[in-house]
Amino acid sequence: MLALLRALWLILLHTFKKRVTVQYPEQKPYVPPRWRGRIILSRDPDGGERCVACYLCAVACPVDCIALQAAEDETGRRYPASFRINFSRCIFCGYCEEACPTYAIQLTTDYEMGEYRRANLVYEKEDLLISGQGKYPGYNFYRVAGVEIGGKAKGEAENERPPVDVRGLLP
Amino acid sequence: MSTLQYIILIPALIFVLMSVASGLIWVERRLLGIWQDRLGPNRVGPFGVLQVLADILKVFTKEDWVPPFADKPVFITAPAIIVVTVLITFAVVPFGPRAGLADLNIGLLFFLAMSSLGVYSVALAGWASDSKYSLLGGLRASAQMISYEVFMGLSLMGVVMLAGSFNLRTIVLAQRHMWNIVPQFLGFIIFMIAGIAETHRLPFDLPEAESELVAGFHSEYSGMKFGMFFLGEYFGITLISAMMTTLFLGGWMGPVLPPIVWFALKTFAFICFFILLRATLPRPRYDQLMSFGWKTMFPLSLVNLLVTGGIILAAR
Ligand code: SF4
Ligand code: SF4
Repeated sequence: MLALLRALWLILLHTFKKRVTVQYPEQKPYVPPRWRGRIILSRDPDGGERCVACYLCAVACPVDCIALQAAEDETGRRYPASFRINFSRCIFCGYCEEACPTYAIQLTTDYEMGEYRRANLVYEKEDLLISGQGKYPGYNFYRVAGVEIGGKAKGEAENERPPVDVRGLLP
Repeated sequence: MSTLQYIILIPALIFVLMSVASGLIWVERRLLGIWQDRLGPNRVGPFGVLQVLADILKVFTKEDWVPPFADKPVFITAPAIIVVTVLITFAVVPFGPRAGLADLNIGLLFFLAMSSLGVYSVALAGWASDSKYSLLGGLRASAQMISYEVFMGLSLMGVVMLAGSFNLRTIVLAQRHMWNIVPQFLGFIIFMIAGIAETHRLPFDLPEAESELVAGFHSEYSGMKFGMFFLGEYFGITLISAMMTTLFLGGWMGPVLPPIVWFALKTFAFICFFILLRATLPRPRYDQLMSFGWKTMFPLSLVNLLVTGGIILAAR
């Protein structure tokens, strides 16, 4: 009985406690930098698209909401002709970002993407592609990869030795 | 009072009660929020008062669905019963020295009778829904309300003995020198507990028991029929608080302020206390509820009755 009255009193005292509510639209909550929010496609430091249309993100996606079409430009460099993410299905797991070999696809701290029409949640490449480098600056896949493209032959990448002539006798 | 006065007064009273009951939804949500370190609904209108309007609009536009397996006529009448019985009881409540609809000389008995009729609403709702959760809810409701009614009546007999009348107005006037809460403190506590059980509010909300019975007797209800149960519940809280004010806290009596304001203030304080109880106490198990009622409360109310009677006899 006494415990009961004490409980009532303690709850009553909560009238004067600090509120824990975050008044959302006016008062934004703290979002950690690694927050998994709206997805973007970034560019490399030279301004070119990072994505090489390898389909790894589409394969890694557990809900299959990434659709893209690979293409190749005249220099032999691959890029996505179209890139579509259906955010009404995306679960923001971040697997696409982990799978991406070029840091192209990145999740950002933006989470305010409410829409009245479901169809508006399908983002095309022009909605996804940003002008900057996103979270990982200074990385250019073609500058470090040993792939040969126009204007960069084999062995010309950073930290890459010239290719070995496997048929030659000298080491 | 003339017939014309009644024709004006009755709708006015119903309107006031409706506004109070729907306003209480907001008050309850706000107060619960405050006691849980939250804010509660504060978006619609100043301090969120218009939340009530939004809720009403919502409940009216919801699909009003009757399950195909339900017993249709009973299913539809059940929610009306609780609203009607509680509203009728308000007729005998003396809001002020002259205010109040009926000056019944058996007002207290009328209140007890009407609150017993309220059992039909929940029991029938549980039965007509034809679903296991509803039926269990209805069973619990009838058992709980019938057992708690017994000592609800008994606990009030002390008050009746002190006033020598069943007339609520006379009972209030009999408290001119001392409020009944002092000589009848035990009766007050017992009546309050029984009152909470009668309106099946937390912690005695076993007929609803969201966590075990989904929503108990109104699991199958939707739209405004569900809204009627809700309204009935809030009417019930208001009624029990008004009765506690009338019977134990001197009704409209108080210094300075006009009588009706005193009545409203006391009633509102009790309503807040009910909400505080809801915020604090966990729900007891069903057998605990029953044994608490029959083995603790019932003997206590008998003792209260005997002692009061004895003292009154000796003082004579
Ligand atoms: S975050 Fe997960 S669900 Fe969303 S696109 Fe990437 S892999 Fe798919
Ligand atoms: S975003 Fe990354 S993983 Fe996806 S196709 Fe482009 S390069 Fe490959």
